[in-house]
Amino acid sequence: MTDLVDRQKLSYIAAQAADARLNVELETEGMTLNIGPQHPATHGTLRIIVRLDGEQVVWADPGAGYMHRGYEKLTEVRTFPQVTTLINRIDWLGSFANEVPFILAAEKLMDIEAPPRAQWIRTILFELSRIANVSLFLGDLGVQLGAITPVFFAFRDREYVLNLIEGATGGRFHPNFDRIGGLKDDLPKGWIDETKQVMKKLRTFCDEIEGLLFGNEIFQSRTRGIGVIPAAVAQQYGLSGANLRASGVDWDLRRDQRLPLAYDKVDWKVWTHPDGDSFARCWVRLQETREATRIVDQLLDGIPSGPVMAKVPRIIKVPEGEAYVSTENPLGEMGYYVVSKGDLGPFRVRIRTASFNNISIVPWVLRGVYVPDIITILASLYFILGDIDK
Amino acid sequence: MVPLSDTTIDTAAGDTPALPGDALREQLVDQLRGAIGDALIDSLVKPGDDVWVRVRTDAWRDTGLALRDVLGCHYFCFLSAIDWMPSPYGRGEDDPTQPAPERDTEVRQGYAGGDTRMQVFARVTSIDRHVSITVKADVPDDQPVIDSWVSVYAGANWHERETHEMFGISFAGHPDLRNIYLPIDFEGHPMRKDFPLLARLVKPWPGIVDVEPLPGGEEEDESND
Repeated sequence: MTDLVDRQKLSYIAAQAADARLNVELETEGMTLNIGPQHPATHGTLRIIVRLDGEQVVWADPGAGYMHRGYEKLTEVRTFPQVTTLINRIDWLGSFANEVPFILAAEKLMDIEAPPRAQWIRTILFELSRIANVSLFLGDLGVQLGAITPVFFAFRDREYVLNLIEGATGGRFHPNFDRIGGLKDDLPKGWIDETKQVMKKLRTFCDEIEGLLFGNEIFQSRTRGIGVIPAAVAQQYGLSGANLRASGVDWDLRRDQRLPLAYDKVDWKVWTHPDGDSFARCWVRLQETREATRIVDQLLDGIPSGPVMAKVPRIIKVPEGEAYVSTENPLGEMGYYVVSKGDLGPFRVRIRTASFNNISIVPWVLRGVYVPDIITILASLYFILGDIDK
Repeated sequence: MVPLSDTTIDTAAGDTPALPGDALREQLVDQLRGAIGDALIDSLVKPGDDVWVRVRTDAWRDTGLALRDVLGCHYFCFLSAIDWMPSPYGRGEDDPTQPAPERDTEVRQGYAGGDTRMQVFARVTSIDRHVSITVKADVPDDQPVIDSWVSVYAGANWHERETHEMFGISFAGHPDLRNIYLPIDFEGHPMRKDFPLLARLVKPWPGIVDVEPLPGGEEEDESND
């Protein structure tokens, strides 16, 4: 691990040398290929400039910031309850999951805890956002490889989950449902039964995707052994979520830290894969979606009764202090380092998003791969632009 | 050649590992003090919560190396900075027709103290020991430069680029301190507290014309009784 940077430098020098040699021997130049910012494979406005030697990438530079909205600055002019409206829009496919760590950080500073029922409903909605988010990834994966069908399945089945989130919170994409001290509302009537039905459908969806994609020979040959990230490198770059677990690191913040959420009340497991390639990353996400449906099922069975809101002052002032809370969001570790000066709003919020770290490895992982693999590696790393650009 | 494992294998983990106690957090601070000596200025262990450590500016890179190699914190979480000066613009809700109110601009640092307005802080995690640590270092006001962590944690690269453009802090030894979010020709450092939120200056915050008292204000509570 210690010689990682030396290796990077060496490979950079080697790349430069290869470029120079190519120019001398063949009297040709390497080619610079610009991907994006408006490219279907980048799910938004990520720009990647790659330098090619024939079909191989010698150097890659992702350019972020086309959608920077300055949320860290904006939180400084908001009150604590207003911040959730902003941070909903960071990872827009799993919005509810964005709210939870911030609310938990504020609760930690105020030294209050949500009632048990609120904690369980939070956990259920958190896992539903994961399912909604990752099911779209599983469908989108096929499109990157030229398989059209899975994405229709994904959009169809994600809709059921979005309907559930809308039924409970009132918002399909931006619930803004989490409050300091609990939740805005209790669950509506009949929601629990409906959710159980949907979880069955989602498990069928996972089976379909597994049959359609993961068993497919073309898919396997395009992803296996490609874009390998060793565990040591993944940790140095701060990769998190399924990307880290696909490199064989057994680390899941739902299990490995103490948070007032209901994960320790249910029986579930953390999936890892030793390979660290594109296939492993996709495979871990598929298993996690299945596991999430199981978590939701168990939580629905054991949901306690009681209020969903603790006693909090109507005007929320957070005592002076600093707290970092992170949760295992659909994309990886999302955390908020909240500094309060005892005011109505936060003094400083550092938003640690998962995709920012996950994409910062792109220059490393793309070096030496072939052009068609750029797209599959990017897809398997799975990023949401709002999560990179904040 | 990379071994291609079978899709049917069950690699799920066993029981939940024990979560860290405060003894382990104290031990982390002691280990770090043993590695970098008196460069560790201050520390704070909040029971059941987290560890904060402040180190000398010139020992920033050594701290990174010690965290990685001695404490075994291989996982890089994030790196950023804090400007501890309270904003002269408040929350951007001033009435532009009135003279600007007097504001307290005294610099008060947070956990583990500090001597300067700007501080760099980073968080790393030991996956083996299930514990994280937040380290801070002062950045001199007149010359905001600190050593880069890129050669320690490769993932610090983008975080330092972001901190550079947002706070104007330079990282000595960083290979490429280009802007990552802002346009190349952007002037100023937006996350500094004395950089105004321009949207609020161009158009006054609509909240200021709202004369209705906040629900739950004292007057309303009394009238309801």
